[in-house]
Parts: sequence; C-alpha cells; structure tokens
Amino acid sequence: MSAGATAGERRVEPGRAPLVALSGVEKVYGKGESQVYALAGADLRIDNGEFVAIMGPSGSGKSTCMNIVGCLDQPTSGSYRFRGVEVGTLSRDELALLRRHYLGFVFQGFNLLARTSAVENVELPLVYRRVAAGERRRLALAALAAVGLEGREKHTPAELSGGQQQRVAIARAIVTNPSILLADEPTGNLDSARSVALMELLVALNRTRGITIVMVTHEPDMAAYSTRTVVFRDGKVASDGPTSRRAGAGHAP
Amino acid sequence: MLWTTLVMAFREIRRNALRSFLTTLGIVIGVGAVIAMVTLGQGATIKVTGDVAKMGNNLLTVSPGSERRGAVSVAATMFTLDDANAIRRDVSSVRFVAPTASRATSMVYANRNYTATVTGSINAYLDVRGYALDRGRIFSETEQRVGMPVCVLGETVRKELFGAEEALDATIRVGKLACRVVGVFASKGQSTFGFDQDDFVLMPLATFQRRIAGTTDVGAIFVSARDEGSTVKAKRQIEALMRERRRIALGAAPDFAVRDMKEISDTLATITRALTALLGAVAAVSLLVGGIGIMNIMLVSVTERTREIGIRMAIGARAHEVLLQFVVEAIVLSVLGGLLGMGLGLAGSFAVARLVGLPFVLMPEVVLLAFAFSAAVGIAFGIFPARKASRLNPIEALRHE
Ligand SMILES: Nc1ncnc2c1ncn2[C@@H]1O[C@H](COP(=O)(O)OP(=O)(O)O)[C@@H](O)[C@H]1O
Ligand SMILES: [Mg+2]
Repeated sequence: MSAGATAGERRVEPGRAPLVALSGVEKVYGKGESQVYALAGADLRIDNGEFVAIMGPSGSGKSTCMNIVGCLDQPTSGSYRFRGVEVGTLSRDELALLRRHYLGFVFQGFNLLARTSAVENVELPLVYRRVAAGERRRLALAALAAVGLEGREKHTPAELSGGQQQRVAIARAIVTNPSILLADEPTGNLDSARSVALMELLVALNRTRGITIVMVTHEPDMAAYSTRTVVFRDGKVASDGPTSRRAGAGHAP
Repeated sequence: MLWTTLVMAFREIRRNALRSFLTTLGIVIGVGAVIAMVTLGQGATIKVTGDVAKMGNNLLTVSPGSERRGAVSVAATMFTLDDANAIRRDVSSVRFVAPTASRATSMVYANRNYTATVTGSINAYLDVRGYALDRGRIFSETEQRVGMPVCVLGETVRKELFGAEEALDATIRVGKLACRVVGVFASKGQSTFGFDQDDFVLMPLATFQRRIAGTTDVGAIFVSARDEGSTVKAKRQIEALMRERRRIALGAAPDFAVRDMKEISDTLATITRALTALLGAVAAVSLLVGGIGIMNIMLVSVTERTREIGIRMAIGARAHEVLLQFVVEAIVLSVLGGLLGMGLGLAGSFAVARLVGLPFVLMPEVVLLAFAFSAAVGIAFGIFPARKASRLNPIEALRHE
C-alpha cells in the first residue's frame, strides 16, 4: 500500500468521538437558478450500537444524507465527522479507505455484480482489503450463512429472488465487520413477507454483532424495528426521537 | 495483489464470455490477416528472385528495341549472325554467345497437330539458357553449317505430338519443313513468369533462317558473361560495340537493349514487393476494422462497466485499483487475441505456402508490429471507459444509465 494510503488510514484512527456527527451539513446540486438544496443544514448524531430509521417524504434529502454518512459523497458545506475525523477534507482515496474499513452500504437496487456468484460478490470487499483467497472464501461463506443463504453460494444474481439478492448485498456489507451499516430503502423492492424477514435479520445483526444500523424507509412497519426514528423534511431533520412502539405492527422487538 | 488482479481479470473475461470473444475476434482476425498476407507476399518475393537467379545471373539478353520517332513507333532493325560473331570476337568478358530467331509455327506428326515456338540457334544456346538433353544428341557441326532439317524437342511438344510413342528419329513437319527429331530436352518446367519453358522446338539457326523464316534476321542474342561479376562490364562492352555497328550517334538513344537477369530479377522483386505491400495494406485495413470492432464492444459495455466501477468504489476500491484491474483485463484479452491471431496467421500462411510451393518466411518485425498495434487498440479502448468512470464519484457511477 502506498505511503499516502497509510497516512489516510492513520487519520481515521477511532477516538472517543461519536460515530457520526453531522452539523449544519448542506449539499447543493446544480448551479445558479437551478440550484437545489438537497440538504439545507442537517444536524445528526449517531452513536455506536444504535438502530436508526430515517423517514420523510420523497425528495427530503434522505438518500443524500445517507450518501454523505456513507462517505460516497461529500458535503458542500458544514461539518461531517466520522469517528472524530472531518470527512469534508479527505481525498477521494482516503474516502475509499474509510468505506473499505468502517462502512457497509446496502442499496435499494442491490447493486450486485452481474453474472457473478453470490460468494464472489461477497468476497469483493475482502479483495480490496487484501485478505488471502482461502480466508476470503471462509469469511464470505460465513457471511452468507449469517444472512441465511447457505446452499445459494454459487448462484448469480439472476438466479436469486429480490429478497435473496438483498441478503447477498447485506452479506457483502457485513463481511468486513463494519462499524456501521447503511441501508437506503433496503425493502423498497421487496414484498412484505420478505421485508419482515430482512428486518429481523437487521435487528439480529444489530443485537448480536453490535453493528450500528442506519436505514432509510418509507414504511412505518419497517421503521418500527428500529430504536430511534429521524424524520427529514426539506433537507433538514424535522424530528428525532425513540421509535414509537404504537406505530409498529406488533412485531416490535 | 497483482496476482489477485490477474485472477480477477481471468474470471471477468470468462464471466463476459461473449464480449471477450468478440473483442478477441477482432484482434485475432486483424493480426492473423496481416501476418498471413505479409508472410506469403515475402515468400513469393523470395521465390521469384530465387527462380530468376536459377536462370543464371550472368545471362545477358541483347534485343532490338523499338525506336520512337515522334508519335510513331517504328520497329528497330534486327540483328544478324555477324552481330553475334562480333560480340564473340570483340567482347572479352563473354563466354557463350547464342544468336536466336523464333516464331510460333504449327507442327504435325501423324494425325497430331500442335503449335509451339520454333527457335533457331546454335549449340551454345543450351549453355546460355541452361538446357540439358534427356535423350538423343545436339546438332553436329555440319548440320549447323549446312542448315539440315533436324530438331530437338522440348518435353511439352514431345508429349503433345508423340504421347507414349518414341520421338527419337521420327520425322515431324514444322511448317512446310519435314524435320528429323534427333534429341529431346530434359524438362525445365514452368518459369517464374508462369510460361512453359518446355514448349518449344530447337533447330539450327541456318535451318530456321532458310527454311522457316526466309530471312537472315537474328531476333535476340543471348550472351553469358564469364562470371557474375563481369556482367556489368560485358553489358557496357556490348552496348558500345552495338552502337558502333548500328551507327548510333553519340548521345542518341539506342534502338536495342542489353538486359541482364539481375535487372529483371530486381524488377520482379520490386513488383512482388509492391504486391506484398498492397496485400499488407488490405490486411492492415482488416486490422483497423478489427480495432474498430474492439472499440465498439468496449464502448457498448461502458454502461455496465461504469456501474461495476461504481459498485467497486462504493465498497472501498480506490480509483487506481479499479483502473489497474481494467488495464490488466484489457491486456490479458488483447495479448490472448494477439497470440491466437499470430498462431493462426503463421499456421495459415505456412499451410498455404506448402500448398502452392512458396518458401515460408517468418518476418518477426511484422508479427511484432501487428501484435503491438492490436494490443494497443485493445488496451486503449479497454482502459478509456474505465478511466472515465473511475473519475466519477461512486454515486454518479452507480446512477449511470
Ligand atoms: N445528483 C443530483 N443532481 C441534482 N439533484 C439531485 C441529485 N441527487 C438528488 N438531487 C435532489 O436533491 C433532493 C433530495 O434528493 P434525495 O436525497 O434523493 O431525496 P430522498 O432520498 O429523500 O427522496 C431532491 O430534490 C433531488 O431531486
Ligand atoms: Mg432516496
């Protein structure tokens, strides 16, 4: 690994700071008259071990916020500190290293490599972590087992149902043991039975492995599995508090 | 890491079998065609030059050329036997001199009829042109001096007139002349020019002049120089002598030509080389088309590849790591295609060369050039989209349509 990369990793050494701290984060798309404030001064703090549901109307900035928290994108202004490190000043490569070592991301559209077996998809993050081939395979199989996909290791995305594909995506996100798992509408493309199964999996990961989970969802039924609900409106956090049990569908953990 | 990247590249190639196959196909065809064309062309050049050399590099041909006077071209004066004798007498660097005259004539034996060239010359003709007897004898001193009706047959003529019958001592009719066959030439086969060197009948010059042509004209004088080194000198001496004998003013263009085989072989080599270049150019176009094919396929897969790059970057790959993988993939594909094309091109041209009797000439620089070009195209168009995509941020790359 290059000297620059090592320096980048040293800068993100974990401290006592909160896991995620957004303050006054703005994200502006476009220029001049067509400017859009996707985020207009968002403040959010997330600590280790939380299970946060993010809700809000369409276009309120949920995905933009997730992308910034996930270090896939950087704020236009304001501060985002991940484990005490100011993300806004990091280079592209340093962001990549943050994602590689601390973050797992699950997308609404799965984003698996086509024509690539489940186990190879799950191995991918480990390749970039320079994990040896044998160990890689072992960890990937374990992650697939953890999401309940034993026996499907050799299947390609086209041979798996939507729910199974999303499980592969989750296995890929957790195989590196990230400190935080970000899921942007993970149940958006799934029917309700599969959605419930997926939520139970997320709850289990949160409880038994202590993985912090931040999940965007429209559905109160899904949000009910979380411990805390943050509502976005017009690029800002409109409300933030413990998930109301009453809204749950009786599946409350 | 490089090993892992290489393994990943192979996996990626297998995974996108159709795309890989089409990409490789362009390179295979391009490289194969260029190598085959140039190799065969080179083989032809070498064969032509070699054949001409076999005809004797110390052979000179003295022939009357047509003189140009304004727009009208007038046939130049023929030579005579005296011209040939003068060359033999006065030019120190010649060994054999064979004055010849020939004409296409029909000949008959029994009920068989055939038309071939009848050449009148002296016995030195055999030495100058490199003919040998298969059977019988060549002309005697008396036969040549008196102009007796005797002839020696080329193998093709013998076959046409006699088939399985014995030709020796038979009498054939050449034009109006009844002529006894005293010998048969050993076959020389096809010349480089593709004409049959056995398709003629030789008779004494005096016989031909008196009984066939009815003139004392000599059409061409074949001369062999003492050795290969003296052809230039002999040529100069013959030119000077002939200018004098034909009274050509100093500085005026001669109405005859002295050609040596080296000149002819050089001309031929130039022609075949030009042909090779032409074929090579055609093949180069196919290489180019192959390159464009590669380009197409690579560009068509940009969308998919861009998303793939987005995915890889989202899970923690740095831009240069993604790029490295694509570079390795493109190199592996192009090199595989190049090697396959090289193999096919060489094997194909080897087979064709064997089939048509051309020498197989390996031209490493052409092989390398074709290979390098196709590899460069493959790699450039493999990397180009990847480079563009790796500059996007992961979200943009993932959203790419
Ligand atoms: N790449 C982009 N370019 C321009 N505008 C964008 C882009 N991404 C998001 N936006 C805009 O920012 C706002 C917030 O988008 P987003 O974060 O995707 O909302 P949500 O996920 O809550 O539906 C929307 O108005 C959207 O149109
Ligand atoms: Mg969204």
